[in-house]
Amino acid sequence: MAGAFIPPSFCIVPKEVTNLSQAIRIAKKIFYLLITIFFVLVFNFVLFRLLPGSISTKMAHTAHANATALANLDKYYGLNQPMVQQFLTYFTKLLHLDLGNTFASYGGGTDVWDVMASRIGPTVVLLGLAEIIAFILGTVFGVIAGWKRGKVIDKTLLTSSLTFYAMPTFWLSMMLILIFCTKANLLPSMGMYTTGFRKEIVGAAAYYKDVARHLILPLACMSLGLAGEYTLTMRSTMMDVLTEDYMTTARAKGFKEGYVLRKHALPNAMLPMVTLICMNLGFAIGGAITLEQMFSWPGIGALTYTAIANRDYTLLQGIFLLTTVSTIVANFLADILYGFIDPRIKNS
Amino acid sequence: MRQVRVNDFFRQVRENKSAMVGVCIIIFFLLVAIFGPMFLHFDVSQTGANIRDTWLAPCRQHLLGTDHLGRDLLAFLVTGARSSLAVAFFATLISMIIGTAIGIISGYSGGWVDNLLMRITDFVLCIPWLPLCMVLASFMGTSIINIILVIGLTGWAGSARLVRAQTLSVKEMTYVERTVSLGARNWHIMFRHILPNVFPIVFANTVLDAAGAISTETTLSFLGLGDPTNPSWGMILYYAEANNAVSRGAWWYFLPAGICVILVVLGFTLMGYAFDEILNPKLKER
Repeated sequence: MAGAFIPPSFCIVPKEVTNLSQAIRIAKKIFYLLITIFFVLVFNFVLFRLLPGSISTKMAHTAHANATALANLDKYYGLNQPMVQQFLTYFTKLLHLDLGNTFASYGGGTDVWDVMASRIGPTVVLLGLAEIIAFILGTVFGVIAGWKRGKVIDKTLLTSSLTFYAMPTFWLSMMLILIFCTKANLLPSMGMYTTGFRKEIVGAAAYYKDVARHLILPLACMSLGLAGEYTLTMRSTMMDVLTEDYMTTARAKGFKEGYVLRKHALPNAMLPMVTLICMNLGFAIGGAITLEQMFSWPGIGALTYTAIANRDYTLLQGIFLLTTVSTIVANFLADILYGFIDPRIKNS
Repeated sequence: MRQVRVNDFFRQVRENKSAMVGVCIIIFFLLVAIFGPMFLHFDVSQTGANIRDTWLAPCRQHLLGTDHLGRDLLAFLVTGARSSLAVAFFATLISMIIGTAIGIISGYSGGWVDNLLMRITDFVLCIPWLPLCMVLASFMGTSIINIILVIGLTGWAGSARLVRAQTLSVKEMTYVERTVSLGARNWHIMFRHILPNVFPIVFANTVLDAAGAISTETTLSFLGLGDPTNPSWGMILYYAEANNAVSRGAWWYFLPAGICVILVVLGFTLMGYAFDEILNPKLKER
């Protein structure tokens, strides 16, 4: 971010020119967005068709189905048609937002869309809260570490965030389960709610309290890992910003340190963080697979794991589509947001 | 001239404390991986004699305890180091080669080649790495070669972008123009002139990629997609989870393996950040 410079507010650019250039920029980005999504659709299809093994081979191994049954299964799922035919069917169905039926059955019936919809709620809750906590912790600690660079507090924060970033999330969850569940018996270690605790029976308050108790450990695991990453990024952008010339100018003007930090350093340092958070949100829709598996949290991640174990094409296609499209859209939104926040791009 | 730059680089590495910590950690684990198995008392495949030998806490005979089959966990850990480090090394090598090649070709050619390659790279970046690796690994089979290929073939996108950015800035340098005007062919320019200038950043980024590769390999093995004939640290964690070590309170089963993974990833990350600081001209002024 060399040469970062926030233009003074009296910088006059005609509104029509700014709006037109912005609109053209956004239109170009939308065009690329659609092309990328198309490639994703094609890739999604090709990947799962080209890989060896399918539902019929799995059936042949596990259920020892005979040849007629397997042939009928293939015909039912359209797997015996030529590839081009299958792709056209796939594409036309997509336009109707019909993602097909799953091969195995899960909690929510067999329609892929329904199954995914029933699992996405828990993932969003878990990851949304984790992102918020991680963002707050990351920003606070990153700013402290960057501001007091080289001192003890910086070294401590750096080492601990590097450690949490390096830690595999599932290992952290194993350790936390060992400490809090096995040894101390304080918190529940699996699921989203205690079995049998349904809202209709125990009432909303008790149900949500139970969910909250189940949420604590997965949330802690996820947010610690993310917070490590955010702290590192925030610290490095703060270090970048602090070496800029306008910081020296601000101090020379006689402003207090707190003011300089809030009004000059932070806004510029937050820009890359915003992009990073948007990108992470996109990836996050895929769910933290190992985390959800460890805690049996009924989200998209656990669904992905089961679908892979079952060699369930259609469900995997649906999940992949969801994750990639949400990543692409999140990147696109981050791009647009950056264009609105960063005055250098806004006024270009 | 090049020798002086290499010596200069080593001197700067030695002066950077975090780089030295990282280098020491990695060298330690390399030595353990290469020479460790020679000093072991027990073989990793040697299961316990009877049921009293299983699930032993660390004692004088078994320094890190035993697992559910009575196998010595220290032996498992030391042998696992080989597998984990080998996968990380070769997978990173593959992704470095692919990423550098695509980055240089894309940055140097410009035009539609550049556009196409960058669209492909963006697209690969958007696909979530772990689910893709999981899908590929589970469908392709779980031999160690497959794992290396899977991690290498999916992790090149970040390097490609970085290399392309660096190539674009190197391309503008005057001596490249001079070489072109002297009539040099494209391949010659790309590999004799651009590559050596791009290499420092590639190297720093590769070390960071190695950290990611170990993390991914551990996660893949933990999910049961590792090679059972080549036990790695991730497999230790997989067996721990599959045999309910956490519920039994058998901390010796998974704590050491996790600590090893953390240390190696930390080592590579520290090295990578330090190399980035030393080799990246834009970061030097900080």
